[in-house]
Amino acid sequence: MSDRKGGQQDLQETDGRAALTAFRLSPVIIWLGIVSMLTDISSESAAAILPLYVTGFLGLSTIAFGVIDGINQGASAIVRIGAGWVSDRTGHPKRVAVAGYGLSMAARVGFLFAGGFWAIAGIVTGDRIGKGIRTAPRDALISAAAQPEYLARSFAIHRMLDNIGAAAGPLIAFLILMLIPNGFNTVFVVSLAFAAIGVAVLVLVVPDKIKVTARRAGATSRPAFRWYRLKWTYLKKQGLGRLVAVTGLLGLLTIGDGFVYLLLQNREAFAVQWFPLLYVGTNVAFLVFAVPLGRLADRWGRVPVFLAGHVALLVCYVLAVLPLGGTAATLGCLLLLGVFYAATDGVLSALVSQLAPPERLGTALGTAQTVVALSRMAAAACFGLLWYLLGPGAAAACVAGLLALAVPAAAVVLRGSAGRPVAP
Amino acid sequence: MSRSTAETAARVPEATEDSSLSDTQVSGTPRRRLLLLLVVAALAVAGAGSYGLSAFLQERASHEAASTVKVVLATSLPGEPFVMFRNTAPGQGYGQAATVALADPSGERALSGQACDRVYASKELVSCLRTINGIPTKYEAETYDASLRRLDSWTLGGIPSRTRLSGDSSLIATTVFVAGHSYASAGFSTETVIRGRDGTAHGNLEEFALISDGTRIKASDRNIWGVTFVPGAPTGFYATASSQGHIWLVRGDLAARTLTVLASGVECPSISPDGTRIAFKKSTTGTLVGHRNIAVLELASGTQTVLAEERDIDDQLEWLDNSTVVYGVPRDDAGQDSDVWAVSAEAGAAPRLFIEHAWSPAVVR
Repeated sequence: MSDRKGGQQDLQETDGRAALTAFRLSPVIIWLGIVSMLTDISSESAAAILPLYVTGFLGLSTIAFGVIDGINQGASAIVRIGAGWVSDRTGHPKRVAVAGYGLSMAARVGFLFAGGFWAIAGIVTGDRIGKGIRTAPRDALISAAAQPEYLARSFAIHRMLDNIGAAAGPLIAFLILMLIPNGFNTVFVVSLAFAAIGVAVLVLVVPDKIKVTARRAGATSRPAFRWYRLKWTYLKKQGLGRLVAVTGLLGLLTIGDGFVYLLLQNREAFAVQWFPLLYVGTNVAFLVFAVPLGRLADRWGRVPVFLAGHVALLVCYVLAVLPLGGTAATLGCLLLLGVFYAATDGVLSALVSQLAPPERLGTALGTAQTVVALSRMAAAACFGLLWYLLGPGAAAACVAGLLALAVPAAAVVLRGSAGRPVAP
Repeated sequence: MSRSTAETAARVPEATEDSSLSDTQVSGTPRRRLLLLLVVAALAVAGAGSYGLSAFLQERASHEAASTVKVVLATSLPGEPFVMFRNTAPGQGYGQAATVALADPSGERALSGQACDRVYASKELVSCLRTINGIPTKYEAETYDASLRRLDSWTLGGIPSRTRLSGDSSLIATTVFVAGHSYASAGFSTETVIRGRDGTAHGNLEEFALISDGTRIKASDRNIWGVTFVPGAPTGFYATASSQGHIWLVRGDLAARTLTVLASGVECPSISPDGTRIAFKKSTTGTLVGHRNIAVLELASGTQTVLAEERDIDDQLEWLDNSTVVYGVPRDDAGQDSDVWAVSAEAGAAPRLFIEHAWSPAVVR
């Protein structure tokens, strides 16, 4: 990549720095990871059986449910900015995060009592809005607890724990239904229990500490660099704008796991019923590669790893379209998809944390996440249309081609502006 | 509680500002809080565990209990006219496809031994759609001959919703819900497929040309469900098509691979044995969300009659004879048990209970 040279410089810089600051994992990050893991077990176990449950209750009105859920996803994407802003404004990201996790937990309680269409729609809305609220303040808390040199690695550890939950959730739900064929309520009760423990960990153990004071303290302890830092603030903000723009562009070419699986299914003709396991597979790849790629991002540069993740996505598209076939190609796709998430999800938050001014960290994280969510929604909608107009293969080839152009363009835009470990 | 937690936590690091952030945060977690967390976690696990255990034991007990209705094991389909349905009487045989004599619908029911979420039958063929709990949950369709021997089995792409057979038992229609492929993209759609008894694929009806007023509708968000085969017409059927919020009655042609829009607001059609009338579900709001009444459409004149059944109906109607329809109505909120009701296809007629603890009826004359 064109950023390669910069990356090598970064590597040398970090090598020097690594001797100065050893990696020390903050327990806060572990606790936040556990909160996310428990919450993901909760949400993914409920999500795995939601279709069965909803169709059982709603019959054919279920079709209309999809439309409402599309609106929900948009709302969930947009509240991310708001939640980030509120957490900056109040200086209490934890309280905002508690509100988000709490709302999702309350939605679990609702499942136990809901019957009608609007009740279920309302509950799912609450769950999604809760997810939207909690993400930015939680990442702000992680960022505050992490050493600046090891931001990507810290986020990676959080994402790894998070994905253990995402992989375990559906398995737990399916296991319960195997033991109790109509045990939807049992799944919801178990899901509620995990959510409650998650909220308890957040409330009881995670401190509501924002980084502003810490960073200022850090700055005053190194007075020699103080003016230099201030001068950089302006450029850094520019860098943030560029990063968000690039993220949006790349997000528009991220068609979503569902479509990748449909491409694979289209070629392999395996049953759609295996989709939940494909998700588990992708999540396992994500959690396995999260930490190695996070470490690489801290050493090699975050932008190169972020872009390399998109190259993995590109290869995944190509692999899904080529007339190869076979289990190896399918597993390769899942692996690449997992690598894509491992190289981009936590790394993006690390990049944003690095570039955003501390007092606007929540807003910046929320903005980046909103842009990711909305651009991916748009990508899915557009790809759906392309699929219908051109057919699956041509549509995917088209997106792959655009991504092949977008990644170098993104590298040029981001060159020199971001992605290096923070200068000491 | 969160307020006090937040304040305590915020205070601690201030005192030791120059030591590293992570250290202050570890020591900022008093043992008392960890203990409280342990108690919360233990309570949550114990609560969920005991709920699950009691649900499991209850489920097992109800499975092993004797059926609440009179049942016998069947070895073949009855020779006389009969009704096949999903038996929802608690106890042994719950969920199995069963038959009763048409002449005595409340009499002894013969269990097929096959669990089916949706079932339909003719004199010589049974179509059974089922959910198989596993990791992950799977869905399959099976067909059986008149001796209840399995003929064919195939995988379904989603949750069973409807099945119908053509009059000559040569075609099987299945409708399933294909759920969103992840939590992040939970769209629901239907997938309706017609398949030959011999395994011939006639394909997904979404791929058929959808024609309204002579022009082809190109919207990709279409859903097709609820096939009913026209008596005596080997390639003709009716179904529901939905796109952009519209609900249409369509006439399908298997040979030409077309679906032609005939009327609006007619959902889940079921054609009468004489082929003159279509019983259907009519949404009070005209949209996919809303109360569904039972209505009957006179094909020759186009007149619609709404029947007196006041409950919300989700089932595809089935004709008992040329003047009566039967349909399933859930018995309780849990959705585990239901009854089959009958109502005369004329305005004002009162519905009557037809078969207790039953669902998904198929009348075989």
